[in-house]
Amino acid sequence: MRTKRRSRALSLVGALLVIAYATLPVLWIVSLSFKGGDDINNRRFWPTSLSLENYRIVLSSDLFLTALRNSVGIAAIATTISVVLATLAAYAVARLQFPGKKLLLGTALAITVFPIIAIATPLFNLWRTVGLYDTWLGLIIPYLSFSIPLSVYVLSAFFREIPWEMEQAAQVDGATSWQAFRKVIVPLAAPGVFTAAILTFFAIWNDFIFGITLTSSEAARPVPAALAFFSGASQFSQPTAPIAAASVLVTIPVVVLVLLFQQKIVAGLTNGAVKG
Amino acid sequence: MAAIEMKNIVKEYEDGFQAVNDVTLDIADGEFMILVGPSGCGKSTLLRMIVGLEDITGGDMVIGGKRVNDEAPRDRNLAMVFQNYALYPHLSVFENIAFPLRLAKRPEQEVQERVRAAADVLELHEHLGRKPAKLSGGQRQRVAMGRAIVREVEAFLFDEPLSNLDAKLRGQMRTEISRLQRRLGTTTVYVTHDQTEAMTLGDRVCVLRKGVIQQVASPRELYEQPVNLFVAGFIGSPPMNFLPATPEGGALRTPFGTIALDERRAAAVAGHDLLLVGIRPEAFEDASLVEESRRPAGSVFRAHVDVTEWLGDSQYAYIPYEAPERVTTALRELSRELDAEEVRTQAIVSIDASSRIREGREAELWLDTRKAHVFDPTTGANLTRDAEAGAELTRTAAEDRAEHLRAAREHRSAPEAPTAGASA
Repeated sequence: MRTKRRSRALSLVGALLVIAYATLPVLWIVSLSFKGGDDINNRRFWPTSLSLENYRIVLSSDLFLTALRNSVGIAAIATTISVVLATLAAYAVARLQFPGKKLLLGTALAITVFPIIAIATPLFNLWRTVGLYDTWLGLIIPYLSFSIPLSVYVLSAFFREIPWEMEQAAQVDGATSWQAFRKVIVPLAAPGVFTAAILTFFAIWNDFIFGITLTSSEAARPVPAALAFFSGASQFSQPTAPIAAASVLVTIPVVVLVLLFQQKIVAGLTNGAVKG
Repeated sequence: MAAIEMKNIVKEYEDGFQAVNDVTLDIADGEFMILVGPSGCGKSTLLRMIVGLEDITGGDMVIGGKRVNDEAPRDRNLAMVFQNYALYPHLSVFENIAFPLRLAKRPEQEVQERVRAAADVLELHEHLGRKPAKLSGGQRQRVAMGRAIVREVEAFLFDEPLSNLDAKLRGQMRTEISRLQRRLGTTTVYVTHDQTEAMTLGDRVCVLRKGVIQQVASPRELYEQPVNLFVAGFIGSPPMNFLPATPEGGALRTPFGTIALDERRAAAVAGHDLLLVGIRPEAFEDASLVEESRRPAGSVFRAHVDVTEWLGDSQYAYIPYEAPERVTTALRELSRELDAEEVRTQAIVSIDASSRIREGREAELWLDTRKAHVFDPTTGANLTRDAEAGAELTRTAAEDRAEHLRAAREHRSAPEAPTAGASA
């Protein structure tokens, strides 16, 4: 009885430590974003008075707004293309036997662990030569090359979980392979597709390395890179607080996305398909 | 509805394993054919070749007079019920049943009517709006059947449809499938490893062993005139008893006394030194309970009863016996092939429930020698099979069946009759 209570207390302490470790930096940024003027030097965690000044600065800044537009556009396009291609590829990997399948999956895994920084410089030179430097497409292509392999990996595991009988039943019922895929497999794989989409979106949304090396102007620069160029209200004040406000603003879509798709990500949709 | 003809069908996998070997089988229009055998005998593979989910290595698959070897499953117009039902979990019961019709782009009204009609037959009405996950095993089974009967198909194919249900529900669904098939009169191929299903459902049963057909016959013929040791051991529960025997003039000497043979059977076994006698449990009886008039048809022997099992309506007694090495090897081989447990050399005999025979004692038993079959332990062949009598049994079954089908079709074609018939 006693040891049980003690272990319970221990796990509670552990949980609190983990939560604090994860949320303190976030709370610190939020707190900073509400500190107006010189309040950031107040030597306290919370702002002396709640001020929306930083948000006003950020939202009236062209730099931030165009960067936000770039980020949203690039992330949305790259995620869509990546998920569509990865779904088709993962289905093939999960269902078909073809020579070089192991090699393909191995390569996919290798690419996901490849250090991004190693190709940033060569890509910078290449893009300048072919004219993709500082364009949306110039960012979308490298994003795809990193996100598709990961998505294929995640999704093929998901497709393998779906009983093959599902498709066979559909085929006997009169479906073509494409119809069986679209009407039976894709709806069943939806949780996996959403998971892959969100992972991809986050990775692209948060990317800094490509964003800073492959852009030079507002034409394509995404938010994480733009934040580095941020200046304060005047050139004499530190831009720390406005940057914090911008960070909070770019975090919001991510949080909203997770909350929206939380239920979709929950697996277990296949319950009841087979015996149970 | 159509006949299914298989001519020299072969299935060979890439590694050279032959799952189905030279199967030739004609399934008549409207017939209920059972494919049965122990696991790994190729029955499911054969079924999947009929439906088109498995490529055919060699031979011809003809459905309704058309060779379909190279046609995709969707072009064969068959309906299949899978072992795990394969319901679409993201669709409601209604949409699950409607799925084939939606794929065929039928008008909405027809879809509604047909699904309602199928739901009527299967008593699924109140569940139409629910998802498969919310249904019990038996209900899921019925939805899978609804998806099969909702359209007009050439044949129904069942792949061990009842193996996921508990025993009670299995019996219930078995009669339901039987009733449904008799009413619709649709050609049906049904794969099972359960011999109760095989015996009760089939017009004819095809027994497979290692991809080769052993015997195709009515359940009665399989039971009474099995073609070899394998079929004899597979059909029947408790299984047929196999006793070692040596011929002695016109009779056989067995651990359970001497069995006299008639002229035909005596001639058939001549020239063998060691034989196996196959006797079904119900051919035995407590000697004290056998009427005087029946006594001469068999022989009486004394044996030590090891265990008795009283089941209320019947009683089984287990009688161990000695057997030479060659016989035990043959029997062990057989039981391994049949997925049975390790056989002990003991006979299971069925005696009257009122019998006073008690375990651990000597008892006097009577044995109906007319029903004994004699097998060659090396080849497994049934030496005393009466092919004529067997064929007669199957012929009778076929006549009964044809009669039944005719009645069902008249009933169906009669105006306004179908829905009234559903409740009858």
